[in-house]
Amino acid sequence: MAKDDTHAPRTLPIQSATFTPEVNAEIRRAAATGIYDIRGGGAKRRVPHFDDLLFLGASVSRYPLEGYRERCDTNVVLGSRYASKPIEIDIPITIAGMSFGALSAQAKESLGRGASAAGTSTTTGDGGMTPEERGQSSKLVYQYLPSRYGMNPVDLRKADAIEVVVGQGAKPGGGGMLLGQKISDRVAEMRNLPKGIDQRSACRHPDWTGPDDLEIKILELREITNWEKPIYVKVGGARPYFDTTLAVKAGADVVVLDGMQGGTAATQDVFIEHVGQPILACIRESVRALQDLGMHRQVQLIVSGGIRTGADVAKALALGADATAIGTAALIAIGDNDPKWEAEYNELGTTAGAYDDWHEGQDPAGISTQDPELSKRLDPVEAGRRLNNYLKVMTLEAQTLARACGKSHVLNLEPEDLCALTLEAAAMAKVPLSGTDWWPGKPGTTF
Amino acid sequence: MQTFDLEANGLRALNAALQAQSQQTNETAWEVVNAKGSHAIAVGLDAPIDVTVRGSTGYYCAGMNAQATIRVDGSAGPGVAENMMSGTVIVEGDASQYAGATGHGGLLVIKGNASSRCGISMKGIDIVVQGNVGHMSAFMAQSGNMVVCGDAGDALGDSIYEARLFVRGSVKSLGADCVEKEMRPEHIEILADLIERSGVDAKPEEFKRYGSARQLYNFNIDNAY
Repeated sequence: MAKDDTHAPRTLPIQSATFTPEVNAEIRRAAATGIYDIRGGGAKRRVPHFDDLLFLGASVSRYPLEGYRERCDTNVVLGSRYASKPIEIDIPITIAGMSFGALSAQAKESLGRGASAAGTSTTTGDGGMTPEERGQSSKLVYQYLPSRYGMNPVDLRKADAIEVVVGQGAKPGGGGMLLGQKISDRVAEMRNLPKGIDQRSACRHPDWTGPDDLEIKILELREITNWEKPIYVKVGGARPYFDTTLAVKAGADVVVLDGMQGGTAATQDVFIEHVGQPILACIRESVRALQDLGMHRQVQLIVSGGIRTGADVAKALALGADATAIGTAALIAIGDNDPKWEAEYNELGTTAGAYDDWHEGQDPAGISTQDPELSKRLDPVEAGRRLNNYLKVMTLEAQTLARACGKSHVLNLEPEDLCALTLEAAAMAKVPLSGTDWWPGKPGTTF
Repeated sequence: MQTFDLEANGLRALNAALQAQSQQTNETAWEVVNAKGSHAIAVGLDAPIDVTVRGSTGYYCAGMNAQATIRVDGSAGPGVAENMMSGTVIVEGDASQYAGATGHGGLLVIKGNASSRCGISMKGIDIVVQGNVGHMSAFMAQSGNMVVCGDAGDALGDSIYEARLFVRGSVKSLGADCVEKEMRPEHIEILADLIERSGVDAKPEEFKRYGSARQLYNFNIDNAY
């Protein structure tokens, strides 16, 4: 072949499946800055999820309920094990803990307004309870976190429930850090720290370690609050069987289980993407722990991490949860990552839908910021209305699916109503692979 | 003096009775007998009453205290006076781990020694330890004052923020970003007041002051290890 034969077949340029453009860009960024990537949100990688499950619906062997006509209740009681004043929510969807500091006061108020209108609870976060969210939240869960920022007995008694946070799905075993640029005068005052410095949140509690201590800590909290408040224990999706078992042993009324898709205000990308398990892999193990203890439905299970639709809610309940919690989805409902801010996202070097530098406090939507001008963009009344609408749609969707399975209450959904589209989802959810009566690990079978 | 037999009447009845006291209560003096190491004794109080616990206590005695003066006539288990808001807690003996953890205000006096993590994440409380403190004391201490009349263990004041630490004896080692600092007149004044209020036989001039070098206040990769 002549050297100048330009028509000879040539090998096309091939991008590596290992060294993808995203991977290469991160290598260059790390090499240039010497700092690991910090961001907000949850795992972005593809993991087995509720999309990999389907409802079977009713036919000859099951009969459905009439859509829109026959009742399908959605109320859930949380905290009936020990608390003298358990919470009753109208829908099986709650708002997860997110802090004032990470979020603007307007965003917190919006969450309270939307949740209250929908008849459900919202949750404080690291940084204490603001009057805005207490005032606008008919049912408010007060988080008890390792940092104890803003913790005080007056607010503890104002709460409708107390959530002892052991971990979260985005970073099981990790603490947090609110960078100095988000520390306004008000945030600094609530946290007893100077303005403008990074505020570190420890990864474990300062005055207890292990389940035996936790039992005594819960006793103390109950004694301070007259045994009225439901006590939740929140864990990240790490070892759900054992964590649930130990939380129940320690005296929890409610276990909150957060999968790796659950968001955070700020942590290392490597932590978000490489620690913890998908929520789909966690639910059945947690339910198994409750069943082994004879506590399923006695201690309620709230699951979170990637809940987006009424279908996700219904599938989580069918796997044995009592309720769900949403964080990222609630922020999107009130305006986070809205394409209407595309030009400003571009200026920040990103695009709508991908913006995750929540820790930098420059959120064009006025949600993950303490900048007064940006925060003013968010109207809490309108944003609360949007969240209420979204919660209503999710509830209607869950009811629709439950009726199709013949259930008069969403909590009557069961694993037998489901099948899985993939082997992985079948193994995690312990429901049959579509077209079979088998899943990996099914008792009495081999794989 | 109201005497409450904890063994006979139970923890719930004790805390309910103490928490029910109003600002104007006449029942200002309380004595708790048969404590026997029970947990969560006298927690969540919010009235200007005096409570003396006869014997040693378990975890979280005087937790989240406000206004009350609580005296432990023995030693205290982990987390005594945790998250205290105001008032005074006095431990006649030793205190276990996490004494005064996350406290926002008030005065905690430990007449014996305090174990590890004394004053962890303190947020405004004043702590006076007449003996020694264990390792990792004042870890992430945000504000308030800790006075140690004896020695301090390893990693004192690791990742400390704005709290002031005064130590009369030796410090085995300082934690990350904790340094010895100049003792200025305003610090002598603070220390003299705490010495007087806690009844310690010491002079302010005998102490050294430690606090934050403020090098960890903003994220910097060079601080990672």
